[in-house]
Order: sequence, then structure tokens, then C-alpha cells
Amino acid sequence: METLTLLNWGFDILLGLGLITLALWALFCTDLFQAVVLFIAFGLLMALLWVRLDAPDVALAEAAIGAGLTGALIMAALARLQNISRNDHPDSGEKSNSKHGRLNE
Amino acid sequence: MTTLIQAKSPIPNTGDSMNRRTLLLILLLPLLVIFAAGLGYAVLLLPEQPQYLPNLVIENMDQSGVSHPVTAVLLNFRGYDTLLELVVLLLALLAVWSLNIPAARHKAAPNEVLDTLTNLLTPVLILVTAYLLWVGAHAPGGAFQAGSVLAASAVLLLLGGWRISVKLAGLPLRIILMAGPAVFVIIAVVTLLLEGQLLKFPPAQAGQFIVIIETVATVSIGATLAALFLGARPTATSNEVANEIDGEHK
Repeated sequence: METLTLLNWGFDILLGLGLITLALWALFCTDLFQAVVLFIAFGLLMALLWVRLDAPDVALAEAAIGAGLTGALIMAALARLQNISRNDHPDSGEKSNSKHGRLNE
Repeated sequence: MTTLIQAKSPIPNTGDSMNRRTLLLILLLPLLVIFAAGLGYAVLLLPEQPQYLPNLVIENMDQSGVSHPVTAVLLNFRGYDTLLELVVLLLALLAVWSLNIPAARHKAAPNEVLDTLTNLLTPVLILVTAYLLWVGAHAPGGAFQAGSVLAASAVLLLLGGWRISVKLAGLPLRIILMAGPAVFVIIAVVTLLLEGQLLKFPPAQAGQFIVIIETVATVSIGATLAALFLGARPTATSNEVANEIDGEHK
């Protein structure tokens, strides 16, 4: 029983720290694509946290809407943004394509 | 403050925007402090010992028509909130549609992996939708979760190049989008006439009312979320464009 409680504590602390890290990372990351992926990861961890808080209803909604659909929506918006910036500045097409390059920094 | 901006303006573009950002952040700080103070004040204003609501819910569960407390609160005791949530979703879609943006042109050709995955997952997702909808009466689940799973299957289909047929893109789609809030409002009016109070279900029929509302709402939520993903309002012309793009790939 003792070890189980300790394990739960450890898991919760890891979950909380992971969430804060992901949130800050998603906020301050310069690459938009990376930020969206981090946001989706944040949503999935958040769903786990809701399960830990004994709120399976909220967890279901968070996983389906918060992580899944919102992620897809933001991704679609990002694709549109890149289309727009490419149409407005034909020269800077190279720049907006270089997102995967920036990922490796 | 304006002199500051003017003084900085001759500096090249990037430095200027950086300075403006810092300036904005500095301006934002007092606003955030005021906001935090307001929130703190609101918390202090809360009644000292509020009535313990979970007990109230559990005491009245036999009148709700369902056996899961969350569903009982969402669709019976606080049904008004859920109705407004449906309206908010619809408003979001209206806002996106009124932007009048062109239909997205998917450059990635539909590939075999995506096609196979869509073929395999769509029936399963629809089944999961039905399960989540039904299980909502006595376990975690319900219209919003089921609707978003339905929308996820629609998003998969949209990614694979599927578009709603021209015949269905006009009035039929709008009827599907409107059905959830409309049925909810109709039932609200019916209960107003029967019981004399908005969304006060008679305990004997509460279960049926909730099932009807949730079923229609699931379809509407799914359609609304999928339409939000599509972004542009599906019309005959945007469909032609989509078909053209599909034609190019084939």
C-alpha cells in the first residue's frame, strides 16, 4: 500500500511537471508547427491528469476535443497561414518552408 | 508613450517590432494585474459556506431520468448551459463561414496509407460514437464526446479528399447543423408548456427527452466541428474546385 501511494505521488508530480514544461515550451517555441504538436501533447497529458483527478467525463472531452479536434483545427489554420504568407510574399516562400530546418536547431 | 514609438521608428523593421512588443508587454502588465485582482476579489466574494452541490445532485438523481450524475447535471439540472454551448458552437461556425475564405486546396495527394486507415477507422469511429452516446446515460460519455469522435471520422474523410455532395451542401447540411439546438429549443418550449418551467423535464419522461436531445445534438456537433475543420462554407463552387483538384491527382 505504501509503495502504491508513493508511486501515485511520483506519477502525479511527473504529470504536473510535464504539463507545465509542455505548456511553457508550446508558448515560447518559435516554430508554429512545433508549437501545435506540443499543444496536442499537452492536451493528451491533460486528459491523463483529469483521469487522475477522478473526472473521466472531462478526460474524455479533453482527449477528443482538446487534443484531437482542436489540434486538427489549429493545424488546418497553420496550413492556411502558410498559404497566405506564400501568396503575399513570393520571395519568402523559402523561409516558410524552412520550418523543418528550424526543428533541428 | 507616443514619442517613444516615434523615436524608434527610423530603426529597421525587426528592431522596431521587437521594441513595440516589449512596449505592448509593459502595457499589458497592469491590465493583467487588474485582471488578477478582479479574479481574487471574485473569489473573496464567494459565499462562505456554499451548499454542497454534489449531495443535492445525488439526492435528486431518481428524478433526472439517467443514472450518471454528470449527464444528469448537463442535460437535466443545468440543461440551459448545454443548450447555450450548442449555440456557441454554431456561432463559431457562422463566424468562420462569414470570413468567406476560399476552400482549402490540399496539395498532398490521397495516399494508400491514409485511404486504408480511413476505410478501417470510419466504421469503428461511428460505432464508438454510438457507444459513447448510449453509455452517457449511466457512465462517462455523452453528446459532446460522441459528437467529437464523429467529427474526427469526418476529418479523416476530408483529409482523404472526400467532400460533401453538392446536393447536400446547401439546405440539408444547414438542417443537420441546426437540428441539435433546434430540437433542444423545441423540447424547452414543450417543457415550458407542460411543466411551466424551461427545461424542467417531467421525471417519468426525462430519460426519453434526454436521449432525443443527445442523439440529435451528437449529429449536429459532429457536423459543426467537421465544417469548422473544412473552414470554407461548402457550396457548389467550392465543391467544383475540390473535384478539380481530385481530378488532377487521378
